[in-house]
Amino acid sequence: MRINLTSVLVHNQDEALRFYTEVLGFVKKTEIPLGEARWLTVVSPEDPNGCELSLEPDGHPAVKPFKEALVNDGIPYTSFAVEDVRAEFERLSGLGVRFTQEPLQMGTVTTAVFDDTCGNLIQIAQAS
Amino acid sequence: MGDTAEPEPERDTAGGGAVFKALADPTRRKILDELTERDGQTLFEICSRLTMKYQLGSSRQAISQHLEILIEAGLVTSHREGRYKFHHIDTSPLERLTDRWRNRETKEN
Repeated sequence: MRINLTSVLVHNQDEALRFYTEVLGFVKKTEIPLGEARWLTVVSPEDPNGCELSLEPDGHPAVKPFKEALVNDGIPYTSFAVEDVRAEFERLSGLGVRFTQEPLQMGTVTTAVFDDTCGNLIQIAQAS
Repeated sequence: MGDTAEPEPERDTAGGGAVFKALADPTRRKILDELTERDGQTLFEICSRLTMKYQLGSSRQAISQHLEILIEAGLVTSHREGRYKFHHIDTSPLERLTDRWRNRETKEN
């Protein structure tokens, strides 16, 4: 068994696709029209056959309070691995991305937390 | 602030009791240490620091309650920025506490 798909709940798929590709640097993998929304996934260019990230619509009534509560407490529900957290922090800050936690070394891992503009906080992590 | 069971002299209305209570707990002192290192942290960052740096196994709920006590004592303030909430250290209650004894002579002159 392996993980081939995980999701982030986004409030607008077009905006999410733009942020996750143009800002974060992922690439679109699949886009299938499905009624009001689309089956829309991105992958890392470093691992195009690896785990897909579904940009999942957040329209379900339970989702909004859940996302708001997480953001209020600063909790990143999703984490991505990067080579160099500080370099990504500089690069993304330069693109106008808002960080709620600056790079912080905690034992063997360095992390930072940013706002994905789609209603989520995302952690980036670097193992040392 | 300052709601303590025992009657206190007039000068204690600044909430000295609440400050001593807040400072009596080692976890709360660590929270203040971490806010001194970097001011303006989310609850998540405070919890991460306590877990990773001190191996404190407290739940988020527990840390949230510690923060409430620090806020009541005036040692921590929280401010909302859009959808985020950040916590800041405020050391002014400590100055009032130490002044109470240290500056007595000058006050009486």
